[in-house]
Amino acid sequence: MNLVPLFIIIPLAGAFIIPIFGKRIKPFGSLMAVLTTLSSAALSIFTLLAVSAQKVLVYNVGGWPAPFGISVVVDGLAVFMLVTVNIIAFLVALFSIDYIRKYTDTWKFYTLFILMLSGMNGVLIAGDLFNLYIFLEVSAIAGYSLVAFGTKAEELEASFKYAVMGAVASSFILIGIAILYSYTSTLNMADMALLLAAKGASGVIPFVSVLFLMGFGLKGSLVPFHAWLPDAHTSAPTPISAMLSGVLIKVLGVYSLLRIFFNVLGVSDKVLSIFMFLGAISIMAGVLLAVGQWDFKRLLAYHSISQIGYIMLGVGLGSPVGIFGGLFHLFNHSIFKSLLFLNSGAIDYSIRTRNLKEMGGLSQIMPVTANTSLIASMSIAGIPPLNGFFSKLIIILACVQANRLGYAFWAVAGSLLTLASFMKVQRYAFFGVLNEKWKNAKEVPLTMKAPMIILAAICVIAGLLATPACSSFIRSAAEVLSKEKEYASLIAGVIK
Amino acid sequence: MATVHALCLVLFLVGLYCVVRKRNLIKIIIGIGIMGYAVNLFFILNGYVWGGRSPIFAADQAIKNMVDPLPQAVVSITIVIGLALTLLLVAIAIRIYERYGTFDITKINKLKG
Repeated sequence: MNLVPLFIIIPLAGAFIIPIFGKRIKPFGSLMAVLTTLSSAALSIFTLLAVSAQKVLVYNVGGWPAPFGISVVVDGLAVFMLVTVNIIAFLVALFSIDYIRKYTDTWKFYTLFILMLSGMNGVLIAGDLFNLYIFLEVSAIAGYSLVAFGTKAEELEASFKYAVMGAVASSFILIGIAILYSYTSTLNMADMALLLAAKGASGVIPFVSVLFLMGFGLKGSLVPFHAWLPDAHTSAPTPISAMLSGVLIKVLGVYSLLRIFFNVLGVSDKVLSIFMFLGAISIMAGVLLAVGQWDFKRLLAYHSISQIGYIMLGVGLGSPVGIFGGLFHLFNHSIFKSLLFLNSGAIDYSIRTRNLKEMGGLSQIMPVTANTSLIASMSIAGIPPLNGFFSKLIIILACVQANRLGYAFWAVAGSLLTLASFMKVQRYAFFGVLNEKWKNAKEVPLTMKAPMIILAAICVIAGLLATPACSSFIRSAAEVLSKEKEYASLIAGVIK
Repeated sequence: MATVHALCLVLFLVGLYCVVRKRNLIKIIIGIGIMGYAVNLFFILNGYVWGGRSPIFAADQAIKNMVDPLPQAVVSITIVIGLALTLLLVAIAIRIYERYGTFDITKINKLKG
């Protein structure tokens, strides 16, 4: 029995049921959201085991064979992303229960949240370009409305900016898909890859590459297209910031970009050097803009740009080690950036401020938040033995191995600046003298503590994923990209 | 055929110009709508056969001179997505007008940096 379509069905059903009952029964929304995300997280672990045995799972919707019908495909890369997304979604849903009480109509929040999750799962398991586009739009539109959820002036402004930029990016992506369809007469990605390989070089591929690079680059906030990110990620309710920064930009931006460029269009040295260049600019621009910020969430949002740069730099090297490092960093960044956003949410919940200058000495009243955020800060700055250290080390070693010493130096410099800005966060927020105003503030309740502790624990133990014994989780994902030609023939072999 | 494609590109650029240059929120939303129309038209044109007939298949008919039905199915979905997006944008624009009292984007600038 093939359980793959349940990744879309479970969250979509949850998003459908919550508005029906959630209006009248108050706790229904949160209960349903936690149950839905928990079941899809369990399903993702189950699928991980199935994929490690069978290598690829394909489900033909309605029984139609692949190039004509819609096929749903899960391979090593997709299942790697599915596990990351669904685990974080579950922890964020748990965190939301108490955090989101300050808003009215919480059932709308949960509906949109689950809808966003189903869109992301859909992007990850889509086997054809058009379904990828549809689910990308589903999660993006849910994201736009969630950014505006508080309906304060700044939130609406950020949401409008994000939505307009996202709409332009989507148009570029759809034009790219239309051109590819008219060139190959198919939308199925495996089929398209085989046809493109058979047709050989032409002027269509570079043109489409530019369109996709613009479209997905904007969704994933690579540097020339990053202007919406700090506003949107700062204005959203904090659990949503954790989702947007932790997983949404990676699924809509990085994953789609890698899947299409590596497995469908086929990468050339030119494309890889563009990836590396954009990554290198993102690393430095993001971190330089972050150092000067005093709004905790805005600082974290700028760091997301910088860390996406590391992922693109690693993958752009094109060597198996670089791809492994890039994907490992993607996983690690999802974990520690979500954790940092949840920390900022916990501070906001207790003392109602995001301004670092107003904080100080919070470790005395909020020990759990302070300790977990210390772990996350050390991890993002690359202090051994936490997970961020290993992934950055692998990326830098891969740069050296590929004889790209300039990029290696650049990555080290970016890492040092990251360390500086997180030392600033720790110094101003958690150490120092406790502000008189916050004498009576309390630590957050258990449902908010538990996700932070779990994420911090993953930060500590995820370093083990770099060891040969445990690395098959990431290695199977990296192999999909490093053996880029195999995807098409593998999927086509399973379909027929 | 090439003329229609060129006009389609012009329509897209009109929409893009509208999004980039106009200062009124409603005009920006209209610009996004125009871009959407242009992309949909482009997709339909790719599957169109001049003088072709609608792709309805029956037992006694040969598959001859039909337009490609797949872009039409695809575009009917993207139209729905465009509708959802337009509704969301208009709703946000109305709320922005309530908060700021203006539709002018140069005056909607509480976010900085």
